[in-house]
Amino acid sequence: MRDYVVGRLLMFVPTLLGASIVIFVLLRLVPGDIAEILVLQTGSESSTVQQKQIQQIRTELGLDRAVPVQYLDWLGRALRGDFGRSYVQQRPVVEILAERVPRSLELALLTIALALVWAVPLGVVSALRQNTWPDYLARVVSLSGLSLPIFFTGVLMLYGLVRVFGWLPPLEFVSFSQSPVENLKQLIWPAIAQAYYISAPITRLTRSQVLEVARQDFVRTARAKGLGERAVVYRHALRNALLPVVTFVGWWGGRLLGGIVIVEIIFSVPGMGSALAQAVTQRDYPTVQAMVFVSALVFLVINLVVDLLYSWLDPRITYG
Amino acid sequence: MMGRASAGALATTSGSTIRPRARAGGIIREVGRFAIRQPLGATGAVIVLVLIATALLAPALAPHGPRDAAFTPYQPPSAGFPLGTDNLGRDVLSRVMWGARLSLYVGLVSVVFGITLGALWGVVTGYVGGVADSASQRVVDSLMALPPIILALSLMAALGQSVNNVILALTLLLAPTAARTMRSLALVLREAEYVEAARAIGCRGWRVIARHVVPNTLATYIVLVTVNISYAIVVEASLSFLGLGAPPDEPSWGAMLTAGTQAIEAAPWTFLFPGLAISLTVFGLNLLGDAIRDLTDPRLRGGLG
Repeated sequence: MRDYVVGRLLMFVPTLLGASIVIFVLLRLVPGDIAEILVLQTGSESSTVQQKQIQQIRTELGLDRAVPVQYLDWLGRALRGDFGRSYVQQRPVVEILAERVPRSLELALLTIALALVWAVPLGVVSALRQNTWPDYLARVVSLSGLSLPIFFTGVLMLYGLVRVFGWLPPLEFVSFSQSPVENLKQLIWPAIAQAYYISAPITRLTRSQVLEVARQDFVRTARAKGLGERAVVYRHALRNALLPVVTFVGWWGGRLLGGIVIVEIIFSVPGMGSALAQAVTQRDYPTVQAMVFVSALVFLVINLVVDLLYSWLDPRITYG
Repeated sequence: MMGRASAGALATTSGSTIRPRARAGGIIREVGRFAIRQPLGATGAVIVLVLIATALLAPALAPHGPRDAAFTPYQPPSAGFPLGTDNLGRDVLSRVMWGARLSLYVGLVSVVFGITLGALWGVVTGYVGGVADSASQRVVDSLMALPPIILALSLMAALGQSVNNVILALTLLLAPTAARTMRSLALVLREAEYVEAARAIGCRGWRVIARHVVPNTLATYIVLVTVNISYAIVVEASLSFLGLGAPPDEPSWGAMLTAGTQAIEAAPWTFLFPGLAISLTVFGLNLLGDAIRDLTDPRLRGGLG
């Protein structure tokens, strides 16, 4: 068990290195760097002066060096916890992370909680009434969740909220510690929009798992020894059927940090996803690299935790 | 599978004129049975067929060109413009029809490229094993650890906005997932008895992969393709929504919907119709994909015991 965990942790290293190299190289391929953007935005001088300024900024930021040198420099600093300064916001990236990560984390947790509350029961009902109208209805509802793109439902929801309830996207984010009620008022709508989308695969997985487990011998045994339908379903079938659902939800949980881009943008939640997308378009390299690094790390850690949780829930699975 | 079996029956009784007619009747019966046993799948198939027809016939069906901007902007739906006109005075119906062409083209091409690339990658490295396999798995891990939409966005920023670059970005997004699935399948197939038999009679590695492993991954491959087309279409639209998709004048549903959000109050038709078009497409593809997956998975046949 310990060897397994150590082995998995060791595999984080090449994965994180690979992920950071991919994003580093991609950003260096983007035409037009931050120096050009900064100078050409403000510039009213002649182009030779501008060229000089551009060169000067590049030298200051170290962008004139070879890409591998830049990467090693970044890596060396990152290992010491120094992710540099944001080009655009002119402050340490660590500060931005400390501000944005908790918000996205909260939104992610709220989303998963909302999704589970209705997706799992719907999936169970759908399976127990396979190929009847309740099943078709549940499947169509969950499929529609999967089919309506989030930027469509999100904008529709926002429009409805604004028109019907006079709700306005918050101008300033209120954290949970400042005012729990205000905070939830801000996050509940984006969480519902995102939860509607991710609950669809959860419902479908629950349904197919219940269908599969219901055919297995131990369920037949439970029926044969005279247990009531309720006990068979809840005590025997469901417990086993929900194991893969745990993995799946964990996978989504890992994805949600840095992955809720569109909903954060639509509902003006100043979280990681929207910051990342913005940083990519602004060529704010240090911010993108740090945020990608953190969201990849969180993704890996959550996946590991889920795998360990899985072996704890299902004693047949051991990691040797 | 059904098609191949009846084709074999045809070949053995060649010369008979009754067989083909019987076969045609069989197909109709098969379609009928499919429609009754998989009503949702059949609905999906109808939606997808209508979509394909629209995409193929867009030049003939669309009343105007997708870039014709000669009309009054923001006209509500009328007889002349059944879905109204957009911010630049273009006919929304024509753009939605041409959009089907773009969406399907991007979805199909990127999925076929991405899944094929990933499948070959996964099958070969999984079968060969050893250092090649673990090295390739680390590459897959690295790509999968990146938030997909951010990876696609960075790719688009680096490559520049064009339809072909959207396809390239989607290909790179889809390949790792396919590689992971196909690798685990290859690990199982590597130990299969017929593969061992092929090796025992002296087949070389490439021949074993091409003739014995690859054909047995076909069902999984088809499922991966059908399931991911809708995903690719949504990601294409998402990239447009984030401003880094296909070029703005292309009739992309995502871009149309994004432009429509600016006028959702004054001209809701510019927002609603492209949105409904994406939703209906993805819905149909998902229904069809589900039915195909159910048909290829023998564990899901039969009712509850």
